[in-house]
Amino acid sequence: MGIIRRALDLAMVAWRAFNRPAGHLSLGFLTIGGFVAGVLWWGGFNTALEMTNKEAFCIGCHEMRDNPYADLKQTIHYSNRSGVRATCPDCHVPHKWTDKIARKMQASKEVWGKIFGTINTPEKFEAKRKELASHEWARLKANNSLECRNCHSADSMDITRQGVRGAEAHQRFLFTGQATCIDCHKGIAHRLPDMTGVPIWTMPQQAAAPH
Amino acid sequence: MKNLRTALILSLLAALPVLGVPVAQKAFATDPTPAVTARDVTASGRPAFTGAEGLTVQEAPPIPKDATDDRRRQRNYPEQPPVIPHQIVGYQLDLRANKCLTCHAREFTGDSQAPMISVTHFQDRDGQVLGAVSARRYFCLQCHVPQTDVQPRVPNSFRDVDSVIREKDAAAKGGE
Repeated sequence: MGIIRRALDLAMVAWRAFNRPAGHLSLGFLTIGGFVAGVLWWGGFNTALEMTNKEAFCIGCHEMRDNPYADLKQTIHYSNRSGVRATCPDCHVPHKWTDKIARKMQASKEVWGKIFGTINTPEKFEAKRKELASHEWARLKANNSLECRNCHSADSMDITRQGVRGAEAHQRFLFTGQATCIDCHKGIAHRLPDMTGVPIWTMPQQAAAPH
Repeated sequence: MKNLRTALILSLLAALPVLGVPVAQKAFATDPTPAVTARDVTASGRPAFTGAEGLTVQEAPPIPKDATDDRRRQRNYPEQPPVIPHQIVGYQLDLRANKCLTCHAREFTGDSQAPMISVTHFQDRDGQVLGAVSARRYFCLQCHVPQTDVQPRVPNSFRDVDSVIREKDAAAKGGE
């Protein structure tokens, strides 16, 4: 009982100090000081945010380094003829600020997973692979493969330089808006999970439906 | 005086390795440098292999590109597994996923217009017909392979049965 009252008293004192007009500091100091403090805080916040948006940060944990990153290194998004490559946040973090913050808030679940070792062995990761992959498929399906399109633009696609089958499929499904990248291009940057039960994953769903 | 002479001899002895270098170089330069036909692969850092020439190191030829023109190739004999005329780089083919079957499985051929895996693939080894691809036929690349436009390393004089029959007929006609 005594503790609660003392805490309440302390809170009242703090609130009064906070609420009282400044007695000694000038308005100019408070304005400019507040502005400078704001710039420092905002800059610091964004710098810290960018730090968590680097591949080195992602593979700082062995879970990411040994599983998805090891997968990525085998694929064309890591190793190819021109040496242009995608890093983790290029595909897994939205580039627009509000979307990025939303994704970062979701990522607090990943911190939970890290603390409690949800995927801290290869076996646990394999057991969760399908679930984790499904989340990413759903996310890319919902935002019309936004992270793919940050680099791959349908407008800049020269289908005369593509293979016959690819050009045909892009004309039929992508350009008409019938399908989005992830509908056909699953497992292009990581190994696929067990695909039993996933009805079809290299063709748009509606095309595969019986006529 | 004696000390001076000792010092002189000692200094000469010390200078011997330096003075001897040109002489030694001339002596060892006598064996001719081997005629280098291949480029110095160890310096290039690229992989090398030893060829028919014995121990000479040859530069590995560039890896030929797969034929990816989407045109079906004629089979050399009826039982030959058809070869793959398209790009298969990055295709996942393991217990978890089989990318080939997402086009070549019966149910998807309507949309993909790919050839269906043949009926033999639906039989197990006892001839029992199954509803889906048999486990022993699951790993496509055991039999079906891409092709490259290169000369075979071992010459091959294979002729298909039709050309053999035709030649025999022609020979029989000529013999009459």
